[in-house]
Amino acid sequence: MNRINQKLEENKKLLSVYFTAGYPALNDTVQIIQDLEDNGVDMIEIGLPFSDPLADGPTIQDSSTIALKNGMTTKLLFEQLADIRKSVNIPLIIMGYFNPMMQYGIEAFCAKCQEIGIDGLIIPDLPVAEYHEHYQQTFEKYGLINVFLITPQTSDERIRFIDNVSNGFIYMVSSASTTGAKNSFGDVQQKYFERIESLELKNPQIVGFGISNSETFTQATKTTKGAIIGSAFIKHITKNGIETIDEFVKGIR
Amino acid sequence: MSYQVNEKGYYGDFGGAYIPEMLYPNVEELRSRYLEIMNEPSFKEEFNQLLRDYVGRPSPLYFAKRLSEKHNTRVYLKREDLNHTGAHKINNTIGQILVAKKLGKDRIIAETGAGQHGVATATVCALMGIQCIVYMGEIDIKRQAPNVARMKMLGAEVIPAKSGSKTLKDATNEAIRDWINNPVDTHYIIGSAIGPHPYPDMVTRFQSIISEEIRSQLHEKEGRENPDYVVACIGGGSNAAGTYYHFLDNPDVGIIAVEAAGKGVNSGESAATSQLGKEGIIHGCKTLLMQTPDGQITEPYSISAGLDYPGVGPIHAHLYKSGRGEFYSVTDDDAMKAGLELSKLEGIIPAIESSHALAVFNDKKFKPEDIVVISLSGRGDKDLDTYINHFKL
Repeated sequence: MNRINQKLEENKKLLSVYFTAGYPALNDTVQIIQDLEDNGVDMIEIGLPFSDPLADGPTIQDSSTIALKNGMTTKLLFEQLADIRKSVNIPLIIMGYFNPMMQYGIEAFCAKCQEIGIDGLIIPDLPVAEYHEHYQQTFEKYGLINVFLITPQTSDERIRFIDNVSNGFIYMVSSASTTGAKNSFGDVQQKYFERIESLELKNPQIVGFGISNSETFTQATKTTKGAIIGSAFIKHITKNGIETIDEFVKGIR
Repeated sequence: MSYQVNEKGYYGDFGGAYIPEMLYPNVEELRSRYLEIMNEPSFKEEFNQLLRDYVGRPSPLYFAKRLSEKHNTRVYLKREDLNHTGAHKINNTIGQILVAKKLGKDRIIAETGAGQHGVATATVCALMGIQCIVYMGEIDIKRQAPNVARMKMLGAEVIPAKSGSKTLKDATNEAIRDWINNPVDTHYIIGSAIGPHPYPDMVTRFQSIISEEIRSQLHEKEGRENPDYVVACIGGGSNAAGTYYHFLDNPDVGIIAVEAAGKGVNSGESAATSQLGKEGIIHGCKTLLMQTPDGQITEPYSISAGLDYPGVGPIHAHLYKSGRGEFYSVTDDDAMKAGLELSKLEGIIPAIESSHALAVFNDKKFKPEDIVVISLSGRGDKDLDTYINHFKL
């Protein structure tokens, strides 16, 4: 069984953390992953940096620009992760845009993920229909779970289609926005969370975008399986360095 | 082979809609409605009336006698430079503002490089009394101060794109992010034949007024609708797509695309995407684009800000790959010389973008009896400083 599915069966709210590979320093990748696991994070999204990250706000954009300047590449990330399964057990997901994966070669990319022990992918600019038609077989052949996004604007009908194509969890984007922190969730989010709960989807949902502290984490996970923190984590390590990951995680729960 | 977009939004292998889910409702709304809206008689009537009375169409098809003698062939210039605001860009912004109104949108965003599309968008927003926000690279804002002033005078807000390389591609990223953050009330007027489906097709259809007029004007002047060649410059490729449109399926009409080689195709400072690009994804579509082996999008270079884009529209990627189009690339120097030549031979100062198309004679020899129609996509007023500096005038 895929590590993501195993994790989703645990009887707890999941905390997932995103970071950009190659940031703050080129070779921080393994240390960050190790520290996140050691401090009780349930799942990690490793960001493969891209020059033109359309869905991301300034924090993740800047970290991506710096990571690329530091020299991060797809090939190098795979090299850094080569032995990661010797020490890390929680699910690892690569989150990145489609073009760098295309240039690596989709089949080769998926094969490499399986070899390393990557469990899933999140590709914001690969639409669900395109995936379903052209790539699903390849992803599944290599045991990879592809995670799709839904937003407050996504229709019930489309959510059902996405639920059908998914076999892990659904990434619930909290509001109509690029990535980045908000201080709290309003009525619009509350209604959205309730609407999704009432759909009784087969895949659990994990909320992302705008989760920055224990308050938003608690709110977001009231009706869902977990939450993903990205920009707030990057801001924290930018300000305090990667030696203080324990403080950050303790501040969330 | 078809050169039209198919029902899934592809031209051959290129196109599609590679967009984050956050944009899906907007793009899907547009996709499901654009053709129906464009075919409504009331829409057509308003569009045509504005093109006639406001833009000044039809733009002349001018037989360039002295240029023809110089190059020993028969050259016609399609005078898009005479449109209101000075370029072909307004054909598309008039069309899209009317679409936006039909969709009930009351806020318009746009990206711009040199500022021509920004000005054309600010113009139609002023015309319709709709709020207008234009994203422009911080570097381009400094380079193109007169167009920034024009947009402001027209009531638009110009927001500097400060991310990445701070030029057109980053302005496009910022506009897309704005759309993600404003999914209900906003329409994004893309200025070129790029972006997720249906944008390349919609922009091409609005610009196809160019080839439609070429046909009827040529019939009047020469007794035939089809030239031997149509020639246009390509950045993203909106004027080219409009110039080719009605000739795409007629193999007797040669299609010629001229890209910006910058300081030379292999100089490291170029925008010749068909030569330097590889298949990939940029701004929501699969096309040819300039990138590193690792798939990071690279920064192109051309003396012409309007051709300074790392991709080409998917229709052009298809014309290139299928062999339907002949592609040439012209250096800064050769384009500037061609611009000066037209000025002296015909009394027309072209935009530097259009000067690239005019430099086609360096690479392609036409027969004396050939009819060659060149799209003069814009006027050179905005480029006077660049011409003056280049030639030390």
